[in-house]
Amino acid sequence: MIEMRDVGFGYGGTELLSNMTLTLQSGMFHFLTGPSGSGKTTLLRLCYADLLPTTGQMTAFGEDVRQLSRDGIADLRRRIGVVHQDTQFLDHLPVAENLALPLTVAGQEVDMEALRDLLGWVGLTQHARALPPSLSGGERQRAALARAVILSPDLILADEPTGNLDWDMSMRLMQLLIELNKSGKTVLVATHDLNLIRSTKAQVSARVLRIANGTLQLAGADL
Amino acid sequence: MGTDFRALNLRALWQGLIRDSGPGDRIVPPTGVTAQLTLFSAGAMAFLAVFALALALATGRLAERWSSELAGSVTVRVSAPMGEQDAAARATMQVLSTTPGAGQPRLLPPDEVAGLLAPWFGPDMPVDALPVPALIELPVAGDDFDAQGLRLRLEAEAPGAVLDDHTQWRRPLVTAANRLRVLGIVSLLLIAAASASMITLAAKAALAANGQVIRVLRLIGARDITIATAFVRRFTKRAAIGAMAGTLCGMAGIAMLPGMDAAGGFLTGLGFQGWGWLLPLLIPVVAAAVGFFATRWAALKMLGAVR
Repeated sequence: MIEMRDVGFGYGGTELLSNMTLTLQSGMFHFLTGPSGSGKTTLLRLCYADLLPTTGQMTAFGEDVRQLSRDGIADLRRRIGVVHQDTQFLDHLPVAENLALPLTVAGQEVDMEALRDLLGWVGLTQHARALPPSLSGGERQRAALARAVILSPDLILADEPTGNLDWDMSMRLMQLLIELNKSGKTVLVATHDLNLIRSTKAQVSARVLRIANGTLQLAGADL
Repeated sequence: MGTDFRALNLRALWQGLIRDSGPGDRIVPPTGVTAQLTLFSAGAMAFLAVFALALALATGRLAERWSSELAGSVTVRVSAPMGEQDAAARATMQVLSTTPGAGQPRLLPPDEVAGLLAPWFGPDMPVDALPVPALIELPVAGDDFDAQGLRLRLEAEAPGAVLDDHTQWRRPLVTAANRLRVLGIVSLLLIAAASASMITLAAKAALAANGQVIRVLRLIGARDITIATAFVRRFTKRAAIGAMAGTLCGMAGIAMLPGMDAAGGFLTGLGFQGWGWLLPLLIPVVAAAVGFFATRWAALKMLGAVR
């Protein structure tokens, strides 16, 4: 799915990540943890080709990301759903239209019944016609998750998705991600919240990756 | 990159003009005042373009008319002492009747001569009391008419007869009319260039203002063509609608000008004739094309900077 071999990345000559070797296994739930500023977000951005590695080899769904055209990158992103801590929406469109946006830009018809089901799954049926600025933090994150999965992507990346949420809301969001994983989706969640990782691991088998000193390590029992 | 935009063809222009705004068009937020300013600017430019076009067409007609009249006839002025003028005129008529390439000469009667002088002396001036030369109009009937040869013949056979082939005063007018036509065409090109600049600036402003929207769209898998087309459609539509309104106003203004037969002057001849009335209707089409290509160029530049 995503394979990195000795990947490095730096900003302005300063290397932030180095010798990253990683294979995201299909159908697995992954956590990516590490202290703030360690490069979790950068690693996720590499995964959806928002950044390109400065060294090493990286493939996404079998294709060298460095060789992808701009259309190729767009096509790659249709196979990857991304949820950010501060996910942006098109504020002039209602929630339902924002959720359907990936279908719209992909030129696909919107199945209204499926859209209603999706809104119901994330608990936003009542907010279908609301504009995004009127949503609470938890509602925004659930809307972001719904938008991320509407194209039925193979991989879901979440960058600190619970960063602005209280514990109950965080767990509610994690439940949705667990459901997606159980339905066969590969999930990678970047978080520095170890309690969240422990609670999730109690419900689903998860692989925990840790970034420290610019390199990637497999974490385990020490969590 | 180039591949993305090759697909942005004229079909998008046509669809942008005829299709209802679908969800694809709604991805760009409404821009309020900017939209109205673009409409207004396109309308104002089209209004000016109508007059520039009318100027170019009218001066073209004028130059053509003057040119054909220049080549169509000459005038012979016969000056002689009182009492000898009739004989001099007859001798001149005799020469003119046998001139190769010339039609039948016509001696202008006194009342017609008086009519020519009326603008200067008024209608009540006793022209008979003035030493007015006799005037003979000679139509040019063939290519073998030789004005210089005729001039020499008149000098020899009818002293006092002076040939005026109108060259001296009409040629500068024809030149002026032709230059005015060129100015009209240059004005049209400048208006098109100014419209393109204005739409490019508006499109760039819209793209810059929607940087976050563009980034969101790229992140959810939107191709450049999808994003660019939304902007291109919007600006093409605005340019076309604004230009249509401006063109109709301009055409109404031209239609309200006094008829050219009323005075026959240059300004009253500023307008369209017959099929010429269809020409201004091309202005909205050109404006739409200008909007399409200007926005396409601006979008191409802007989207290239967003990964």
